[in-house]
Amino acid sequence: MATRNKIGVLDLQGGVHEHVYHLQALGIEPVKVKDAEQFNELAGIILPGGESTCLIRLLNIFELAPQLKAAHADGMKIWGTCAGAILIAHEITNDKPQLDLMDITVERNAFGYQLDSFNAKVEVPKVADGPIDLTFIRAPKIVRVGEGVAPLLQIDDYVAAAESEHCLATVFHPELTPSLAFHKYFAEKCGIKITTETMERPVRTSWMKLARIIQPVKK
Amino acid sequence: MENNRFELNAQLAQMLKGGVIMDVTNPEQAKIAEEAGAVAVMALERVPADIRANGGVARMSDPEMIAQIQAAVSIPVMAKARIGHFVEAQILEALKVDYIDESEVLTPADEENHIDKTAFSVPFVCGARNLGEAARRIAEGAAMIRTKGEAGTGDVVEAVRHMRQMNKDIKVLCGLDQAEVMPFCKVNGIPYHIAQQVRELGRLPVVNFAAGGIATPADAALMMQLGCDGVFVGSGIFKSGDPASRARAIVKATAYFNDPVKVMEASKGLGEPMVGIGISTMKEEDKIASRGW
Repeated sequence: MATRNKIGVLDLQGGVHEHVYHLQALGIEPVKVKDAEQFNELAGIILPGGESTCLIRLLNIFELAPQLKAAHADGMKIWGTCAGAILIAHEITNDKPQLDLMDITVERNAFGYQLDSFNAKVEVPKVADGPIDLTFIRAPKIVRVGEGVAPLLQIDDYVAAAESEHCLATVFHPELTPSLAFHKYFAEKCGIKITTETMERPVRTSWMKLARIIQPVKK
Repeated sequence: MENNRFELNAQLAQMLKGGVIMDVTNPEQAKIAEEAGAVAVMALERVPADIRANGGVARMSDPEMIAQIQAAVSIPVMAKARIGHFVEAQILEALKVDYIDESEVLTPADEENHIDKTAFSVPFVCGARNLGEAARRIAEGAAMIRTKGEAGTGDVVEAVRHMRQMNKDIKVLCGLDQAEVMPFCKVNGIPYHIAQQVRELGRLPVVNFAAGGIATPADAALMMQLGCDGVFVGSGIFKSGDPASRARAIVKATAYFNDPVKVMEASKGLGEPMVGIGISTMKEEDKIASRGW
């Protein structure tokens, strides 16, 4: 059995580069996961934002879902952002659950249309020292947390971030904001020590560095 | 427009990366597309192949039909407005579609000006055949670009041509001395500040999908390997023999575009593709990619 000492980002669809870039900023070289055998070396995996119906379709077609669940049972931690949080939920309002790894109920696309997407600046004391920016894009809401799940951030009538012993769920996108706090928090949850002092990276176009046509002009 | 609205809109496009956006004409097709793993649907009355066949003026779809599709699926719903028809765009914004495609597939309403997209809160995607066209649309406020290809043909050759042209333009621009940038911008009609962004980034400063003629899983993987961030499939799915299987197969091939074994498996037993029209046999005036300026 290989040691679980790496962090992976599920690379099927969605905001993959963004998570990879944030992890690299913390000094971690993540694994972009497309195949089931890659689960074996992972201490943790991030299920990125994207479209949950697309992600679940691909996880099922390529038979990644059962192996992801098996790796999770073997100790691989999971962080679901936005669509990823929908995938790991025990219950989805108006739909059947998918991976069912965390006792939360999630309402998909709970704010409405793209016109209702928004930013907020809030404190998440357990994760970051000061207030951090959060980005909600056609976001879901966590409307119930079960036994063994602690809310990390409550806003109005819903939970925006929660964690259990083995899972982290955020309905917003820390990978789209400068703060590295959530990525550091997840890495440490996976038992990976972060030594870098850097806690912020510019993000407006950061992912593009990983999706270039050509090396850019040096300034 | 609020300060962060453009950023939120560009970020929605980021979340669509690696995905397939499918043209649909009714709620049933929208559900098939969603079930197959589409990351968004484009709601329109007729797919480009039918617009081409029927002729006449192609306009924004009936808002009632778009609303039915919005009610049927949880994935983002996009809809098309005519080039320069800012009132159609206002209607689509009032309808709260998730993205407006200012599209050459519809008959242009203005043969000089595109819509001022900065006047809207809803995001826009626009077509482009080269870097100049893409950069002008971005400067007008587009939060996402798609290469145009030639819609409704099932022939991928124009999509390839436009993607290759875009990549070549970017490579040339990035290879220039700073002093050479302004004349390059002048010749190619590129807003200077967008050119500077492209030089810093080594790519377009927004998400770029491929479109126009993609009909098979191999076509989708081809466009992804050429460097686009995702694909639009229009007539290619619902004009084929078995739309649900073809839709699933194109989603698979887009996600695993670098894995020939998976693309091969996705390509098996899909039935008849759309019949298609060869671009080389088409008259110049029948091409719609030349609409937009």
